[in-house]
Parts: sequence; C-alpha cells; structure tokens
Amino acid sequence: MKDFIIPWDDRDMGTPERQGAPVTLSIDGFEVTVPEGTSVMRAAAEAGIEVPKLCATDSVDAFGSCRLCLVEIEGRKGTPASCTTPVAPGMVVHTQSEKVNRLRKGVMELYASDHPAIGLTDAANGDSELQKMAARVGLREVRYEPLADHVHRRLADGTANPDWRPVDDSNPYFTYDPAKCIVCSLCVRACDEVQGTFALTIEGRGFDSRMSAGTGLDDYLSSDCVSCGACVQVCPTGSLQEKSVAEMGLPERSVITTCAYCGVGCSFKAELRGDELVRMEPYKGGKANRGHSCVKGRFAWGYATHKDRILSPMIRETINEPWREVSWDEAIGFATNRLKAIQERYGRKSVGVITSSRCTNEETYLVQKLTRAVFMNNNTDTCARVCHSPTGYGLGQTFGTSAGTQDFDSVEHTDVVIVIGANPTDGHPVFASRLKRRLRQGAQLIVIDPRRIDLVKSAHVRAAHHLQLRPGTNVAVVSALAHVIVAEGLANEAFIRERCDWDEYLTYAEFIRDPRHSPEATEALTGVPAAELRAAARLFAKGGNGSIYYGLGVTEHSQGSTAVMGIANLAMLTGNIGREGVGVNPLRGQNNVQGSCDMGSFPHELPGYRHVKNPDVRAIFEKAWGVAIDPEPGLRIPNMLDAAVDGSFKGLYCQGEDILQSDPDTRHVAAGLAAMDCVIVHDLFLNETANYAHVFLPGSSFLEKNGTFTNAERRINMVRKVMAPKNGYEDWEVTQLLANALGAGWNYTHPSQIMDEIAATTPSFAGVTYDLIDRMGSVQWPCNEKSPEGTPLMHVDGFVRGKGRFIVTEYLATDEKAGPRFPLLLTTGRILSQYNVGAQTRRTANTVWHDQDLLEIHPHDAENRGIKNGDWVRLASRSGETTLRAKVTDRVAPGVVYTTFHHPDTQANVVTTDFSDWATNCPEYKVTAVQVGRSNGPSDWQEDYAAQAANSRRILPAAE
Amino acid sequence: MSPEKMVHMANQIAAFFKSQPGADAAERVAAHLSDFWEPRMRAQLLAYIAEGGAGLDPVAIAAAQRLKPVAA
Repeated sequence: MKDFIIPWDDRDMGTPERQGAPVTLSIDGFEVTVPEGTSVMRAAAEAGIEVPKLCATDSVDAFGSCRLCLVEIEGRKGTPASCTTPVAPGMVVHTQSEKVNRLRKGVMELYASDHPAIGLTDAANGDSELQKMAARVGLREVRYEPLADHVHRRLADGTANPDWRPVDDSNPYFTYDPAKCIVCSLCVRACDEVQGTFALTIEGRGFDSRMSAGTGLDDYLSSDCVSCGACVQVCPTGSLQEKSVAEMGLPERSVITTCAYCGVGCSFKAELRGDELVRMEPYKGGKANRGHSCVKGRFAWGYATHKDRILSPMIRETINEPWREVSWDEAIGFATNRLKAIQERYGRKSVGVITSSRCTNEETYLVQKLTRAVFMNNNTDTCARVCHSPTGYGLGQTFGTSAGTQDFDSVEHTDVVIVIGANPTDGHPVFASRLKRRLRQGAQLIVIDPRRIDLVKSAHVRAAHHLQLRPGTNVAVVSALAHVIVAEGLANEAFIRERCDWDEYLTYAEFIRDPRHSPEATEALTGVPAAELRAAARLFAKGGNGSIYYGLGVTEHSQGSTAVMGIANLAMLTGNIGREGVGVNPLRGQNNVQGSCDMGSFPHELPGYRHVKNPDVRAIFEKAWGVAIDPEPGLRIPNMLDAAVDGSFKGLYCQGEDILQSDPDTRHVAAGLAAMDCVIVHDLFLNETANYAHVFLPGSSFLEKNGTFTNAERRINMVRKVMAPKNGYEDWEVTQLLANALGAGWNYTHPSQIMDEIAATTPSFAGVTYDLIDRMGSVQWPCNEKSPEGTPLMHVDGFVRGKGRFIVTEYLATDEKAGPRFPLLLTTGRILSQYNVGAQTRRTANTVWHDQDLLEIHPHDAENRGIKNGDWVRLASRSGETTLRAKVTDRVAPGVVYTTFHHPDTQANVVTTDFSDWATNCPEYKVTAVQVGRSNGPSDWQEDYAAQAANSRRILPAAE
Repeated sequence: MSPEKMVHMANQIAAFFKSQPGADAAERVAAHLSDFWEPRMRAQLLAYIAEGGAGLDPVAIAAAQRLKPVAA
C-alpha cells in the first residue's frame, strides 16, 4: 500500500478555469482547444507552455500588473498581457520572441532595481517566484541606481530611510516584510476573491504604494485578517512567509492528506523534511476546498508535537491515585481484566464504547464492532449524539437517508441561501468563503439566527433578511415560512405531485395553512417581525435555486429533530431538491461526524443506518463476524451516564472524545464517570474525561495514521500517514490490541482491509476501495454498482425512501423557559480560531485570538446589572454556575447571552441542562435559562474542579 | 435515570406523536420507544407506571402498555 503520494498535476495554470464553448488556437505552433473565456496564459499552460508571470495565479482573476507575461499575437498590435487576454478562434500566439524576451528582461530589471538582493541566508530562497522569473528571463545585471527605495533601513548617508518599514511579525504564523514586496496585489486579491475577508489593501499611490493589513495604524494581528494564509500562499516574493519555513527551511517532499478539524474536510499537501512537518498547504485538487484553507487547518497543527502529548500507556487503581506509566501489555491486560470482571458481575450490558468523530472511519468501525461483536451488546454512541443526531432522524424520516444532499460545489449554482443555526465563517470557514464568493456574484442570503453572525453584514456581504429569532423558536419560524409559501400559493405543486406523497402533502398543507402558524401569530413568540419573515419566505420560494445550510443551532434543541423535518419540508415545498444549487445541507461540526454516523456508531443501528431490530441486517454482520448480534438498541451517551449513576453501567472505552467538557450538565457527567469501575480514555492528551479514567491509552494524530474521513458532503477523503505514530500504534491498532486481548481474534494489518469489510457489509459503501479513492482523489457515497464513481447529488430522480414525506411540525415550546430567577436565555457557539473543546487549538498559537471564553451580553442587559465590558460575571442556571468575563455587544438581542465552550476552566457546560431533543436525546445546548451578575472571580465549582483536575493529572515518575 | 427526567423524555415523545395526524399516537410512541430506548430504560418506565405513573402523559402510558416485555 502506498503511504506516500507525490501530488499529481497541481501546476499553477495562471488564471482560473472557465466553462464555455470550445475555442481552438495556436500557441508556439501547437494547436490547443480550451473553453471560451480562457486566458491565453491558461491556454498556453494547457499546452504545456509556462509563460513567465508574477502577479497571476489560477485561484484569482487576472489583474495584468506585472507585465511579465507579455506575448505576441499575429494581427494584433503591441504585446498584450497573456493573463488578461482571452483566447479567440484561430488566434496565433507566440510566447517567445526576441521582442518579448527583451521586454520581460527589462521589466525584471526594474523589479530587481527596487528589491533587496536576495542572499544565501534568505528564507525565501527557492520559494520565491521573483528569483525563478529573474532566472527564467536571463536577468544578469541591473543598470539602475535607485534614487529612493523602500528596501534599505538607512540611506547612503547613514540617515534613517523614511520609506523603509519594519517586518510585521504580529501574526503568530507568518511574517510580512514590506521591503520584499513588489505590490503585485496578489495577496490583496487572494484575501478578497478567495477568502472574502477584504482585510488587505494597497495604500498610497505610485512609488508610495504599499500593501497594508487594515488601516495604516494596524498590523496583521489588529486588522480584520483571519489568518487563512491565502495571501502567504500566493506571495511571489517571500514578502509574506510562513515562520515555520523560516525556522526549519523548505520542505523536500509532500503527501496529500485530509484536515482533521471541521466537517468541511479540506485536502492538504503536508510538506515535510524527513518526518518533520514544515508546512500544510491546501491542495488544489481537493474537491471540498478547491485549494483554500482556514487558520486551523493550515497553521494550527503544532498540537501534534506538543509537550502535553502522552506517549506511554498509563493505569491506576482509583482515580484519586496518580497515573503509573506501564507497557502496552500491562495496560491492555489491566483494562481487559477489569472489563471481564465487570461483565461477569454486572452482566453483558454493563460496558460500552464511545466512538470518535475525530478518528477515521476504519477506527470508528472497529470500536463499534468491539462492543457489538466482543462485548456482545449495542452500547455504542458517538459525539454526533450531541450535535447532529436529529439530522439522522429528521432527514431519515423525510428523505430516507441521513446525509446532506449536495456537494460543496453546488453553492456556486445557488440563487437564494438560507443559513439557519450555523455560523459558517467561524465554524466552517472554507465553505463560508465559497458561499461569500457566490453572494458577491449576486446570490441572496437569509440568515436565521438569534445572534448577528458575520454573514449578516460583512465586507461585500449583506443578508437580505436576518430573522433574529428568540432561542428555542426554530420550529415556529420554519413553520411560519412554510405557512407563507403554502398560503400564498407559492408551493411548487408540480414537484410535490411528482416527487412526494401527495396525500401526506395535503394533510400537511391543511395543517400549515392554519392561521396559528402565520408570521403575525408567531411574531410575539419568536421575536421575528412578520413582514420581514413574509418577505424572506417569498424570496426563498421565488428567487430561483434555493439552498438551506444548517448547523447545531437547529439540532441542539428539545425540538431539534422537528426543526430538521421542517427544513426538509421547506426544501420539498419549493422543489429545491435533486439538482445543483439547491438542497438541504447539514454543516457537520467535526471532521468525521458524517463518517462516524455512517459506520454504525449509534446504538440502534448497524453501519449504513440499518436498525439492529432487522434480522436480515443482523444476519449480514453475524455472518461476517461469526457472532450473534443483540437485537435491542443499546444505551446512548446520556443514557450510559444515567445507567452509571444507577449502578448498572460500569465500564467505558472512550476513543478521542472528551465527554466531561463537551457534554451538557458537567456535574451529571462527572457523577456518571465517577460511578464506573473502568473508564478507558484513548486520546492524544490527558483530557478532562481522563480525570475520571483508570486506563489511558495514548492516541495517534491524523498525521500518524492511514484511514479515511467522510466530510459533510458524504465525501470519503484519504488520510495518509506522513510520519510514524509517536505513541507506537495507529489508533485502529490499539483497538485491535484491546479486542484481541478479549479474545476477538482480529488480524487486520492495514486499514484498507477494514474498508473492504465495510464495503462488503454496507450497500452504500459497496464500491469503495482504497484503490478507487487513490485513483479519484475522493468519492462521495453512495458508491456501488449503480453509482460506481459515487454520488455528488442525492435524490436526483427520486428520494431514497421513494416518495418524499411531509411531516407535520407543531411548535412545542421547550420547558427551559426564562423566568424571574433565570430571566435570560443562554445560547452557545464557537469561534474561528478555536475548535470544539479546544484540546488541539488551545495547544497552538491560535490562543492569541481567543484565550478565554467570553460572555456576550447586550448593552441593555449589561447596564441593568451594572456590568461593564471586561468585567468578571457570574453565569448561573438551575444546573450550576460558572464565571467568565463579559463582552458587551449588540450582536446578541436583549434577553439573550452567548458564549463559547473552548476552555475547560470556564466550563460553560456546568450551566447547560439535561433537557434534550425528544427523538434523539441530543442535548439542548442552545437554550438555557440563566441569570448573570457581577462577580469577583472564579466560582467555588471552578476552584474545586481545577484542584481535582490537577490532582488527577499527576503522573508518577517511570519506574526504572 | 431520575424519574423526573424519564417522565420528561417520555412526555416529549408523546407530545410529538400527539401532534401528528391519525389516531395511532400510542402505537407510534411505542414503536419509537422500542426503537430507541434501551431495554433497561423501558423496564424503568414500566416499573414506574406500575407504581402509578405520576406525571406521565396518558399517551405515554398507553404506549408503554403496548411494549413487548423486556428482560432488564
């Protein structure tokens, strides 16, 4: 099996790809045919001819500023720039001639006259297009003596040079050296066109022109820059340079792999020297990200070598003792003895597993197989329980399968977008950049969110409607949108008749037409002005291709599953299913949430979303595994903790998941963990859950193993081992060690064999093999005989379940209500620079952007309580209380407060309650009634917690 | 799990199916409980009903009576 893959063709073609009728022309005597609208530069690249260039790259539109790509075209005057000249039929182009060579050399000479001579010690050596182009055009001398320059700190007479500016190293990951800049604008254009943040600009005119992050008073860190790195990637001079390259030198080889942060699933070239990672560069061939990245994926990988990483197995008799480092044999032996003893004493169903949405499909599959085939029960769950389980239930009921309907490319064809309960610029940044690009082209946006997220209004993006609903009223708002569409005769009845169950639609239409669902009737409840909601509904119904993107602001509610069904209803009502530019798209939180759900992590279903009660499904796995499978559903995470407190659940193997920090009602989670006899944590770090663990099995990072992740588009991407596991084993090997110590007799030698088993047992994966993924780069399930190369769009000719099903969505208020004791509603979310519980990102320089969780509170509510910006405040609910600092902002409405959950010392989940989605037990993180008041500092709980954590993390020195 | 939490969860499920068209809410609640509640949770519900079932929605009680017996 190939561990190392040399990137296939990822040459820079100079200008972006175009779609259009074929045009044939001649370049240097070669005939080449390209789509209409293609530049001469790109056409030349297609023919294998690289025209010299500095200011062009294929990720941004041509600009024509560097004048290096001049060519001659027969019948045309002068020497046009090939990057800005579109091809024409029969055109005859010469990219090389004495004339253009002379001109190019002259241009290069001018650049060189105002640029520092590059010495042997420069970090940009070998990484600078400017150097390469100087060599390409044969520049040998510079005849000009600069009169003024911005290159030298001091002038010839020894006085300070007023035009010189110091290096900006405020960003933790890259530097900007103005002296090396040739003002080609590539960085500015990448920031505008690729990232869509518009943080960079060229200030000044003529010789005074300078690239500037923010205003003249800003540096990179204080500007709007989100540190996506697109500017660094395109810089042709090394003026913008990664600090890691400056420190380590240029990489010598690269491996294509998949990011282990959010559910976008960006492809990267991991660039290495030996087994040392130097740089992560987004891979242009990646179909999810198309060459773009965010600050986490590109830069925040230092956690993989952080000193906190635990590399030896550890055990302890009780959680009050310090850890003892032991051999793998001893740790596995200790764990299996305990698990066996528990099952003997408390029965077969007294132990279980939690699979990880951060681990690979193959690892997840093995962990659920461990509980089903070795523990002989169905006690398996995954962190998708606490994020997207309502998506599984809701889309399963309406469409027949639990997955997003589109690929990310689809957004390029959408006309009206609803973003509901999601904050893509923070949570799914690369998708957000693709969405913003489409919005700048004119697509309309409707944001439904209690908080004014960046998409509501930011540079060159403005939502047509922001429905700023009260937390907990999603179903009322979605039903009101449907009411307007049905009552005003805007439903696409032709689509519904053809594709959906018509009788169910008639029942639904009668239900939704009732005046109690009208925006006027629900306004008092939701806080959304009726006229605004009506306008939004009309826009979505009449505006062309309508797409819906949603996140955890939809699912993490008492009515999470109902809201997902309401969203599916909206898509069916408007006929927005089954083609490009439309669809229902859950934005998945973690890298492999989709995959962990696909792989049978839920306690009621085997891989491929098939209920364990079905004998035909059990038979497939019983045959493959040689065991009898329990036909009853197992315990979900909250049920496991309840059963632990009740004394009937005693042992847990938890892989790559930190339930103590991420799950709601921390005290209850802690009580459940403390009641168990054997908690096995398998992770990179001593996470919060490990404070209650008896066995710690060190994990391997995504850089250290082979496998696959499945992103929010159902795209199965390859994760490739770029270095040996620092802990000695890939995570799937650790699970196999544990299983075999319990008598499983597994003998996998490579994850590809695990995928082969998945394919053999799961119809939607039937055609998936590592060879296919290697060949195609990635593949979207379903991938089988019917769709041998996968399925970019679902439900094209019909729904998976046959007819689409409309489901009545009555709004039922959550029992979590604001009242006299707890008058405010808390909702939670995340921020761009940090990821989930922060275990990875807190161990990187990303903390410079967000070093603590803050409580956003409206100025009105703050003033009533005497709270000023930056004050310590106490945040209390009926579950518990914590303290954190306040951020006074009108991003939240009066009556609503907001915080993130990235830092364990804040413990936002001490405050969240045990209320959950009616269908799936997905916790209601997004609505908690709270009170906020001034405080002097950490609460007793925080101090006790910190003391317990410190005590629990003690490690005895290794015995010699 | 605490009886209050179990009652709350069961009533939430009943509330959803009561909102659906048709007269088979109890059957559908029973099917949901069989599909998603682990046997010991169903056993706890049945035991709670045997003791009076205080606070439970009548549809949840009717549903529980349709559950096939479970070995806890």
